[in-house]
Amino acid sequence: MTEFFHDLSVNPFLINGLVAGVLAGLACGIIGPYVITKRIVFLAGAIAHIAVGGVGIALFLKYSGGSYFSGLEPVHGATAIALLAAIIIGVINEKRAEHADTLIGALWAVSMALGILLIKYTPGYQGELMSYLFGNLAYVTRSQLAWMAILDLVILATVLLFHKQFMAVCLDQQLATLQRVPVLAINLLLLCLVALTVICLTQVVGLILVIALLSLPAATVARFVIGMPALLAGATLLGILITTVPRIAVYGTAVSPESAIVLAAGGVYLVSLLMTRRVPE
Amino acid sequence: MLSPKTGEPMAAVAPLTKTSPDPSFATPNVVGRLEHVTFSYRSPTGGLLEPVLQDISLEIYQDDFLGIIGPNGGGKTTLLKIILGLLEPQQGTVTVFGKPPREVRHLIGYVPQHAKVDTSVSACVLDIVLAGRICHSRWGFLYGRTDREKALAALRLTGTADLAHRRLATLSGGQRQRVLIARALAAEPKLLLLDEPTAGVDPYVEQNLTDLLHALNEQLPIVIVSHDIGFVSTHLKRVACLNRRLTVHSAAEVTRSTMAAFYGEHVHLVHHTPCCPLNDPGCDHGCVPVPSATGRKMEEP
Repeated sequence: MTEFFHDLSVNPFLINGLVAGVLAGLACGIIGPYVITKRIVFLAGAIAHIAVGGVGIALFLKYSGGSYFSGLEPVHGATAIALLAAIIIGVINEKRAEHADTLIGALWAVSMALGILLIKYTPGYQGELMSYLFGNLAYVTRSQLAWMAILDLVILATVLLFHKQFMAVCLDQQLATLQRVPVLAINLLLLCLVALTVICLTQVVGLILVIALLSLPAATVARFVIGMPALLAGATLLGILITTVPRIAVYGTAVSPESAIVLAAGGVYLVSLLMTRRVPE
Repeated sequence: MLSPKTGEPMAAVAPLTKTSPDPSFATPNVVGRLEHVTFSYRSPTGGLLEPVLQDISLEIYQDDFLGIIGPNGGGKTTLLKIILGLLEPQQGTVTVFGKPPREVRHLIGYVPQHAKVDTSVSACVLDIVLAGRICHSRWGFLYGRTDREKALAALRLTGTADLAHRRLATLSGGQRQRVLIARALAAEPKLLLLDEPTAGVDPYVEQNLTDLLHALNEQLPIVIVSHDIGFVSTHLKRVACLNRRLTVHSAAEVTRSTMAAFYGEHVHLVHHTPCCPLNDPGCDHGCVPVPSATGRKMEEP
């Protein structure tokens, strides 16, 4: 662990990785409580996988679409497709379509297949898909950090403005309808924030593990605190700790930092389950 | 009565719909009116099913304490949803405070069946009751002082102030029911609708709930949906029997024969006495032991 702090001064990517962890922890701490209250962890998973299509489109355009697209990064395509997926999934869910789960599953698979196909037809290095799937904390670039910071700001500002309405639709959608909350619009906005959070988290742990960070810190804190403001604050703090401390702890060992982060999130949640047999009164 | 928004007399702003040019719309103490309402749910293929409600006409008055009783599937909850504007009838008109329900439904306090409310959320009781204030406080992160005071006042009124920082999951059925009533009251409604408020609570708690509703009825018209005939016939001013069609009685009229007509012959109408949940003759709740184990509720054959 001392090795990490020693190398910190010579390797700027280590700092980038830590900053990425903090930014990702912030996003999952703010959005996680809504996701577990509204029980949309699996919708978040669907959004993450559908975004692979966006990675494919962005890479394909960047390398085959001429100079106009040369500044396009995979994360931009992923963000655009994740937002689109959030809106489509939100509408499907709202209409209570009879086969909503089938439709969402189909989108999930088709968009992933499209992304993989496009990446295969993209000339050059194929590592982008792997780092989107599994994360690449060792080489987070400054432009990625800037993008994550923008996403965090958008998430924070929206939550500060719309928290009450998010809570109303999370707690009781029928009550929200009766109290004239624009339920569909608020649901879509919340899903869009989930999409932005997913993009933030995939930069750190990759999409395969994103569900862990979106649900586990919030679910852990929910076993100890009562009331939504405390849950948001606690989940943010725990989220930041979980995305940074394990990375430092396993530095210099063969353990990949992405796995360490998720295993730590799972471990902390397991301990919280054992410590509190019942939810607090 | 006065319109809640403009302060003008309601009768002046109540629109006369084309299909019902009924001069008695001006009746000052009518808060809600259903005229010849027929409603059917749609089948998955889009066709209309058998009507759940047929030719329902009903008035709700300013000082009303109305019970709607009927068998399961008789259309009780559907009727409440129509009054709330959550469902639109195929025929007939519905007005609440002289307007279509969709425009005024934030003025209607709705207490759903507590058994149907998700109790596993990490929010505390105060969060849940504050959410009832959403139509008064749209933006921002925290509710303001007025909202918190109104929410706490609603909790005190329903006797649940000491539960404010508990979770719904850790409360008993009767406590949950009171919290849901507090949530509805926090919005400062002008009409209160309750769906099966006594379902799954013991007779002692039921008596407490009844006292609470009687106190609320001093200020608010209340409509209760229930299949608990004993509750309805002893406590309410008027009773409407609903089984696709609706018949309104004063509460005293509800007798064995009216019940038999609605439920079939095998209904037991048992006299309501406040009774001890533990059936303990020496209990100090001030209540009378239950005469028999099968109690006072309607029994279906």
